[in-house]
Amino acid sequence: MKAIKDILDKQRPMFQRGGKYEKFYYLFEALETFMFTPDHTTGAKGVQVRDAIDLKRLMMTVVIAMIPCLLFGMWNVGHQHYIATGQVASFLEKFAIGCYVVIPMLLVSYTAGGVVEVIFAVIRKHPINEGFLVTGMLIPLILPPTIPLWQIALGTIFAVVIAKEAFGGTGMNVLNIAMTARAFLYFAYPGQMSGDVWTYMGDATPVEGYSGATALAVVYDTSVAGTNTVVSALGDSWYASLYDLKNLFFGAMPGSVGETSTLMVLLGAAILIATGVGSWKIIASVFGGALFMGYLFNAMGLNAYMAMPPHYHLVIGGLAFGAVFMATDPVTAAHTETGKWIYGFLIGVLTVIIRVVNPAYPEGIMLAVLLMNVFAPLIDFYVVQANKKRRLKRATI
Amino acid sequence: MSKFVKLKKGFNINLAGVAKKRIVDSITPNVFALKPTDFNGIERPKLSVAEGDTVKAGSPLMFDKIRPEVKFTAPVSGEVVEIRRGDRRKLLEIKILPDQRIEYENFHKYTISAISTLSREDILKQLLPSGIWPRIIQRPYGVIANPADKPKAIFISTFDSHPLAPGFDFILKGEEQHFQTGLDILRRLTPGKVHLNIDSDAEVSPLFGSVTGVQVNKFSGPHPAGNVGVQIHHLDPINKGDIAWTISPYGVTQIGKLFLEGIYDASKIFALAGPPVKEPQYYKTFDGACIDQFINNGLSNDNVRIISGNALTGERISADGYLGYHDHLVTVLTEGNHSEFIGWILPTSKKLSFHRAFGLFSFMNRDERYDLDTNTYGEERAFVQTGVFERVTPMDILPTHLLKAIMAEDYDDMEALGIYEVIEEDLALCEFVDVSKHPIQSIVRDGIDLMLEG
Repeated sequence: MKAIKDILDKQRPMFQRGGKYEKFYYLFEALETFMFTPDHTTGAKGVQVRDAIDLKRLMMTVVIAMIPCLLFGMWNVGHQHYIATGQVASFLEKFAIGCYVVIPMLLVSYTAGGVVEVIFAVIRKHPINEGFLVTGMLIPLILPPTIPLWQIALGTIFAVVIAKEAFGGTGMNVLNIAMTARAFLYFAYPGQMSGDVWTYMGDATPVEGYSGATALAVVYDTSVAGTNTVVSALGDSWYASLYDLKNLFFGAMPGSVGETSTLMVLLGAAILIATGVGSWKIIASVFGGALFMGYLFNAMGLNAYMAMPPHYHLVIGGLAFGAVFMATDPVTAAHTETGKWIYGFLIGVLTVIIRVVNPAYPEGIMLAVLLMNVFAPLIDFYVVQANKKRRLKRATI
Repeated sequence: MSKFVKLKKGFNINLAGVAKKRIVDSITPNVFALKPTDFNGIERPKLSVAEGDTVKAGSPLMFDKIRPEVKFTAPVSGEVVEIRRGDRRKLLEIKILPDQRIEYENFHKYTISAISTLSREDILKQLLPSGIWPRIIQRPYGVIANPADKPKAIFISTFDSHPLAPGFDFILKGEEQHFQTGLDILRRLTPGKVHLNIDSDAEVSPLFGSVTGVQVNKFSGPHPAGNVGVQIHHLDPINKGDIAWTISPYGVTQIGKLFLEGIYDASKIFALAGPPVKEPQYYKTFDGACIDQFINNGLSNDNVRIISGNALTGERISADGYLGYHDHLVTVLTEGNHSEFIGWILPTSKKLSFHRAFGLFSFMNRDERYDLDTNTYGEERAFVQTGVFERVTPMDILPTHLLKAIMAEDYDDMEALGIYEVIEEDLALCEFVDVSKHPIQSIVRDGIDLMLEG
């Protein structure tokens, strides 16, 4: 360790003021602090001791919480590939296909976003923030496995520049960065973001009877046709028990890389809640909101989608993933504790409304999160206003 | 009517090196100093003495030109040996070489029965020049009280919940009469109540248990339950235009002594504590004592930081620095000027954290005492709202929004969000737990300064 430290110490003058590469000081600093925690001490006045937490550890905790989804997603990409091509394959073979598909996606996302971060850090002369550790991982997990890599790069760059840096960087953004990337790609390249894109085929051809439709698509089509109930349509998929409730929960089905498995998402949620990094209030209220709206639609029962048992909403599509990893983003969520309940609940409600009522978008969580990101400051405004009013009321007594 | 308040939010920082309950009084410091920087709210300090003058305990050393009747006096008798100034001639220290035997300035002596008939004017006439007045702190803003004000109430916290803080019941043992007399005097300064707030999680000491004429309230919960600001919030919060006063139990006994014995007695028991201190214990000396004699060879390592006050709100002093006017504690910590290989992610149970993020296990052992150093454990980063400030602030205040209002210099919002109710120490825990390592306490003081100017 000492050797590495010495090498770093030797390079340092080049990056410091007046050095050859002084512009890249923050890049050097990022690398250095990644290797060694700095020897900074507290100031003369104020707290003399500091909590052992820092932003790096906080962000890494979120990354760790996503790892079950990532690993499951890698296996599932391979699994879906072999189902669609009608081959029998071992666990490792499936996982290998998944690695082959997903690792390049991760690398592209991290590289594209990382370069933007560094450029802005150099221009703005501020340290490189660790927030991108999470965003860089989120983006591939919410995209279909067949997406061209250049689109991932483009979407990531767009999101980091427009959704984050344009607002002033980490901590200042209004919209969730990963969701912005997805929304951008969804509207810019609908051909690669919807339809038959959820199963990685490679060069192989699908077996007879294969359908690449996701559970959301099946439900939607059933509802439009109006001939069947949603549950029986799901149970009647082309591949045996692909969309029965058990598998919908387990997640071995087509979809975005990391979002299919409610089970893995809940594992991630458990990590986030146990470590106190993710707000359980938001997670619980998104689910609560979705169930509430589901039951409300049940009561109306105008079509098969509305009549779908509400708990199906929690296991199909990306709602669970969005609730746990997107809605809880501390920067773009509501900041007040009361606000978090309202914010989460409305995300759940809106997701189900968009799914059921809006014919244009099969998945609602993306737009629901982005919309509520925009409204979060308004929710906070009223909660803060209430606090101010309590104080004011006290004064007149 | 006394109140019982149970607080849930907050966090105890359990530092190792708690002072043992014994008092050493054999050490005589070579020099004492009054530090004008210990006081908030002095605008234009003026000296009353010059180098070479001799003074008695209680003789004026300086005053604020804005309010010349309030004197800052010598803790001991002796010779003014040096007046140290800093940049732009800022007054830093007025140093006194102490006499062998302390001589006291004579103030008026009252009998207990006479005290009950004293008028406000008589009390002020005695208190203002004594040197005790600066112990009376005004809320809002945490500045020295204005004698012209009639505060709506006076609040006294009898316990300090900061890390390693000494117990007032221990350091004021046997001062019952002075304490009660002090309370009687204070009662005459307010048309409202005097609130005496005691720790319901500890045994009630005879010092505070048998007082009369005041409202005794009980507080339970983790730090900052002992902060008088938090207590005021739950008893009788400060609204716009309100003025309340606070004073420490030590100040109350000093007032009692001033009226009963006619002297300004600045003798003080302080704790020298902290992980590197070999024999953490209490010492008897006077305000402003140079601490070098006490520390002398008593530390287990050289790479240390000495702090007058506690680890949350204290101030770094040099090894021959002076005990602060408001402090009853000198904390010693190991300097954290070391780097650690991938320390930002290594799992550890040795570092204390309020958080439970990956690898931080201290939450599993809340009672453990920790050897914390002064490392920041991370670099300053953009403000990321994690909701953690709210979890260590047991008040109906939104710290994040208040801090943002201060940074935006938005006076209306600062006022509406509760700037009148907090001083630095009330949000010190926010600074400790902050993921982005911001200087929260100095932001709070900036806000208060803005309000004072505006």
